[in-house]
Amino acid sequence: MLTNARSTEEVALGIRRRVFEHTIRNNGGYLSQACSAAEQLAWLYNEELNLGAPTLPMIPKPFAGVPSAANPLYHTGAGYNGPAAPEYDRLFIAPAHYALVAYATLVEVGRMAPEGLEMFNRDGSSVEMIGAEHSPGMEVHNGTLGIGLSTGAGLALGRRRRGEPGRTWVFMSDGEVQEGQTWEAVQAAAHHGIDNLMAIMDVNDQQCDGAMASVMEVGDIAAKFRCFGAACVEIDGHDLSAMRDAVAEPHEGRPLIILARTSPHHAMAALGERFPRLHYVRFKSEAERARMNLSIAAELGIAPIDYSH
Amino acid sequence: MVEMVNRPYAGAFEAHAAGNPEILCLSGDLTSSCEIDGFRDRHPEQFLSLGMAEQNMMSFAGGLALAGFRPFIHTFGVFMYRRPYDQLMASVAYPRRRVRLMGFLPGITTPGGMTHQAIEDIAVMRSIPNMTILETGDATEVEGICAAADSIDGPVWCRVLRGSVPRLFSTPLKVGQMRVLSEGSDILVVTAGITTEEALRARAALARAGVSIRHLHLSTIKPFDAAQLLDHIGSVRHGVITLENHVTEGGIGSLVAETMADAGAGRRLIRLGLRDTYAHGGSRPYLMRYYGLDALALVGAIETLMGRSFGIGEADLDGARVEDVHSLVKAEAL
Repeated sequence: MLTNARSTEEVALGIRRRVFEHTIRNNGGYLSQACSAAEQLAWLYNEELNLGAPTLPMIPKPFAGVPSAANPLYHTGAGYNGPAAPEYDRLFIAPAHYALVAYATLVEVGRMAPEGLEMFNRDGSSVEMIGAEHSPGMEVHNGTLGIGLSTGAGLALGRRRRGEPGRTWVFMSDGEVQEGQTWEAVQAAAHHGIDNLMAIMDVNDQQCDGAMASVMEVGDIAAKFRCFGAACVEIDGHDLSAMRDAVAEPHEGRPLIILARTSPHHAMAALGERFPRLHYVRFKSEAERARMNLSIAAELGIAPIDYSH
Repeated sequence: MVEMVNRPYAGAFEAHAAGNPEILCLSGDLTSSCEIDGFRDRHPEQFLSLGMAEQNMMSFAGGLALAGFRPFIHTFGVFMYRRPYDQLMASVAYPRRRVRLMGFLPGITTPGGMTHQAIEDIAVMRSIPNMTILETGDATEVEGICAAADSIDGPVWCRVLRGSVPRLFSTPLKVGQMRVLSEGSDILVVTAGITTEEALRARAALARAGVSIRHLHLSTIKPFDAAQLLDHIGSVRHGVITLENHVTEGGIGSLVAETMADAGAGRRLIRLGLRDTYAHGGSRPYLMRYYGLDALALVGAIETLMGRSFGIGEADLDGARVEDVHSLVKAEAL
C-alpha cells in the first residue's frame, strides 16, 4: 500500500472542500455524495487499496474516442489507479454519478492534478460528469445502476482462477439494492464462493427522487445481503476506525459487503435544509448560493469561494 | 435425402473449448437445452452455472472477459438480449469484451411462442456498435460456429441451431464470406439460417419451370460485404428476394435494402419474413407456412417479381422435414 503523508481524515476533508468549491463555482453539483462518501473513498485510496503508481498523465488527456476496432489506441481511465497487475486491487465506482467525488479523491491522493477537476463536464474532456470507462479512475461503465457488482464478481472470479492475489473492490450506493441485478450478483458471488470480491456501500438513504423510504422502501438490507449469501457488516460510514475493523470481518467463501451508514449532509450542516432533495444540488437562488457558501465554507474551515468571475 | 446430424453443437463446443482454460462455458439454467450438458459433466472446471439470472450473467461475463477469459454464454437467444439489454450494452458491447453469445432457438424454430422466439434479435444486434453477428444454417455451420466466433476480437452474437440439424454444406463457416449456392440470372434470393433449406427445397421445381435463381446464403450478417452483394444484384434481371427467420424490419431484408439504397441500385426487392408481427407457438413447418417463411412463399414472391405463374404446389417441392415434437435429441419439447 502507498504510504501517504496525509491522514485519511485530511483526505476526506480535502474531498469535501474540492467538491464544495466545484459546486459553488458551477452553481450545482453532486455535493451530498461528497458529504456521505468522502470517508469511504478517502479510506479506500489512502489506506485500504493496494494500488500501483498511476500509469496515465496527471493532467487527463482529452476524450480520445469510444472503443471500436477503428480505435486501437483506446484505453480506460483505470491507469489512474495504477497498473492492472496481479497483486494490485481493482476498484469500480458502481454509482457513476459519484464521479465528481471520485475525481476529487484522485486529486487528494496525488493521482490526478487539480487541473483535472477543472475539466469536469467540459466538452471534449474525458473527465465526464457521469464517470465513463475512459474517465480518470474508471475501468468499466457503471452509469446504469446495479451492474457494477456483477462485473466485479466476474472479474474477481476470473482473477481467482488466474491465482491473482489482488482483490476486486466495488464502491456501491444503497439505491442499487432496488435493482434486481444487485441480488442476482450477490447470489452468484455466494454460489461461486467469490470471496476476493469486496464492496463498500454508501448507505445515505437518498436517491434521485428523495429519501429512499419514500421512493421505494428497501427494508433491512444487511439481513437481505446475508440471506443472499454475503458477509455483511454495518458501520457508521463517517467512522474510519469502524471501517478498518469492518474489513477484517471473516468472509471465507463469501463476498464481503460493508454497509457504511452515512448522512447526505455530513460536515455541511446547511445542506440539511434541502432534505430530502439532495441527489443533485443546484442552488435555488443567488441568495441561497451565497448563504450556503458562507456557512459551508466556515464548516469546512476555508474562506468562502469567490465565484463572482 | 439430406443427412441429419444430432446435436452438432455438443461435440463442436467440446472440441473447441475442452482443455483451453481461457474459454469458459456459462449457462443460464438451460444446459441440456443448449447441448452443453456433456461438456459440463466432462469439464466441470470450465463450466459456470449462473442460474436464471441473465442480467448478472451478462455483466459477470463482461468481468470474466476483463480478466482475459473468453466466456461462451449459453441460453435461448431471446433470454440473452431482451431482459439483459442494458447489461449487454454496458458490460459487453461497449467495451468490446470477447464474450461469445450463443443464442439458441432463433426465430420460429421453437413452439415456445412469443416469449421464446427471438424474432428481432438481428435488428437489435445490427444496431449495436462493436457487435459481430453470425447465423448458422446447417450442421456444418453449427460445427464451425465456436471457432468462427472465437476468432473475433470483440463480442459475437450467434444464432445457433440445435437438435436434429440438416447438413447442407461441406465447407466450414468462414467469417465475412457469403455462400453462393447458385449463380442464376433471373432472381437473386438471399437467405440465412433455416430459410436457406427452404429455398433449396424450391430449387428443383424452379429449375423445371425455367427460372434461373442466384442464391446467396449469409452466415455473417455483421460486418457485411456490401460490394459482393451488389455484384450479385447486378447479375440478375428481375430483382431480389430476401427470406428470413426474423421480422422483416432490421434483419437481412433491411440489410439488403439499405445496401441497395446506399448504392442507388434501383431494383425490385421483396422481403419475406415475419411482417411486423409476433408469431405464436407451433411446429416449425406450420409456422413457416402460416407466416410465409417457407418455400411456397418464396415461389410466390418469385412469381410476383417475374409476372408469371409457374403452377408450383407443395407436391412439387422437395419434402419438408417434419420433426417430432418430442425427440431424443432435444432436452425438452421447446
